[in-house]
Amino acid sequence: MAQKGRYGNYGGQYIPETLMNAVQEVEAAYEHYKHDPEFVEELEELYKNYAGRPSLLYYAEKMTKDLGGAKIYLKREDLNHTGSHKINNVLGQVLLANKMGKTRVIAETGAGQHGVATATAAALMGMECEIFMGKEDTDRQALNVFRMELLGAKVHAVTSGTMTLKDAVNETMREWTRRVDDTLYVLGSVMGPHPFPMIVRDFQKIIGREIREQLMEREGRLPDAVIACVGGGSNAMGAFYEFIPYESVALIGCEAAGLGVDNPKNAATIANGSEGIFHGMKSLFCQDEYGQIAPVYSISAGLDYPGIGPEHAMLHDTGRATYVPITDEEAVSAFEYLSRTEGIIPAVESAHAVAYARKIAGSMDKDKIIVVNISGRGDKDVAAIARYRGVEIYE
Amino acid sequence: MSRIAEAFADGKAFIPFVTGGDPDLDTTEELIIAMEQAGADLIEIGLPFSDPIAEGPVIQEANERALAAGCTTDRLFDMVREVRKTVKVPLVFLTYMNPIYIYGKQRFLKRCRETGIDGLIVPDLPFEEKQELAPDCLEYGVDLISLIAPTSKERIRKIASEAQGFVYCVSSLGVTGVRSEIKTDIASMVALVRESSKVPCAVGFGISTPEQAAKMASLSDGAIVGSAIVKLVARNKKDSVGPVSSYVKTMKDALRAL
Repeated sequence: MAQKGRYGNYGGQYIPETLMNAVQEVEAAYEHYKHDPEFVEELEELYKNYAGRPSLLYYAEKMTKDLGGAKIYLKREDLNHTGSHKINNVLGQVLLANKMGKTRVIAETGAGQHGVATATAAALMGMECEIFMGKEDTDRQALNVFRMELLGAKVHAVTSGTMTLKDAVNETMREWTRRVDDTLYVLGSVMGPHPFPMIVRDFQKIIGREIREQLMEREGRLPDAVIACVGGGSNAMGAFYEFIPYESVALIGCEAAGLGVDNPKNAATIANGSEGIFHGMKSLFCQDEYGQIAPVYSISAGLDYPGIGPEHAMLHDTGRATYVPITDEEAVSAFEYLSRTEGIIPAVESAHAVAYARKIAGSMDKDKIIVVNISGRGDKDVAAIARYRGVEIYE
Repeated sequence: MSRIAEAFADGKAFIPFVTGGDPDLDTTEELIIAMEQAGADLIEIGLPFSDPIAEGPVIQEANERALAAGCTTDRLFDMVREVRKTVKVPLVFLTYMNPIYIYGKQRFLKRCRETGIDGLIVPDLPFEEKQELAPDCLEYGVDLISLIAPTSKERIRKIASEAQGFVYCVSSLGVTGVRSEIKTDIASMVALVRESSKVPCAVGFGISTPEQAAKMASLSDGAIVGSAIVKLVARNKKDSVGPVSSYVKTMKDALRAL
């Protein structure tokens, strides 16, 4: 990395002056604690005995046979406490906040997974917690709102802009400028101003490290491809990072193409976005010719974001990772397929990655190995999938 | 002397803000002319952005109205070129990095110079990232205005030492919007600025009454008012020239008494 907080041309710290001392304080604290044996030990303990790590690497035998090509392994982040990979980052950041003497954490959430994880960690560590969620998402995910409240968090429905994830990020940043001394903004993805893309990646890279160890044990070798869904990109970065030096491992990120990349209703940033500066970072964004951020759409609230983390933008530029668009229909079909074939209901976000595995596995040799990151479980999506298929179920 | 320096040469400066294109660009043009006549020393024009993270609800909604009404960067520049035929006070844009970046930094600054924009305030461009824009601003002779905040502390010296035009002193934590009370020790912030810089220092965020403006200006070189004016525009729409004009006159009068 040439410049601090830069990933090639991307990254940086494009935030209001009011927050500059705060992000520098977070950076200094993180650089200290990541080498502090006590911090490392506490976090490992939480991962093991609270979150349930290591998560399983499951050989999807039926899916492999059905597709008739490469062997498919599923990394089961859905089995973590709170049901997704989000807990990996949140335990790290809330523990860091605690060490820094902060007494309050705030966070944005889309579908509610990051909000639930943050509220959970805050409850565990006795911290005040406020979650910002787009009004549209609080309506769509009413159950998660109640879940966060049950965990002791205060949930704010954000009514500005498009009332979705991007507006929730805006409002959490605004709240941080209002009250910064005792508060840490626990960012949910590998995005935002430096040091967040780095911190979140570091707390998520355990996914890829475990994949490597578990696969070496089972197969004695590295995978040929690692596939993960990408919104901001934290589960994908977590799964990819360990394998970046190994050129033989294809890294494939699956973006939400909504109704199709040629339809305005999509959230495929790599396919349709362009370079810009927003939410504290230089990266790729869906935007218009004047730099106004575009309203985006996906059936998956967790991928419904008009940008992507800066390190992904760099991996795309260098060609080290490949990014492919997956439509709502492909994702829903994969959601149903994995449920029927393996008895595993994936999050609709993760179903985007499953969909791409279905596309490529059959044409690969039987001695090839694909790992699909199942970043979260799909219980939260059942009602939405039913509605998509024309069955009127409400939570 | 630059136009911005002149604005502070004769007593305390009153600096009003309007969102460009709210409710439409014709009204914005009339407002700028009327505010100059009412005593404004420098005028800030908001170039609307879809996601203004430093703004409170009043200016957020003004941005949304302006964009919905069809305000674009090109149309705003066209309006500035027209209004410059009559208006002499310095005009500065307040906007975010993305609209500048996407327009093309060189192209944007070139149009600033051609149309008569004297400075830029970019709330999401802190000191550490200013090289993103500072070289282009220098090339085209447009001042890049620096902001300092109550949390800046020891950062104030280094920010002020490279400041151009004026230093925008953010009075309070949080986003823009009217506040009943400003508790920050503004005098200490201004003193730190003056240790390392000769450029004037104006205070903004939260100011709405003549008393607040007088107090803030007495501690610095001027007062900036945004949300209170944008509220008047939101309420009176195309008929806001009268109310805004008399408001600006009252505020300037409060500063003349200092």
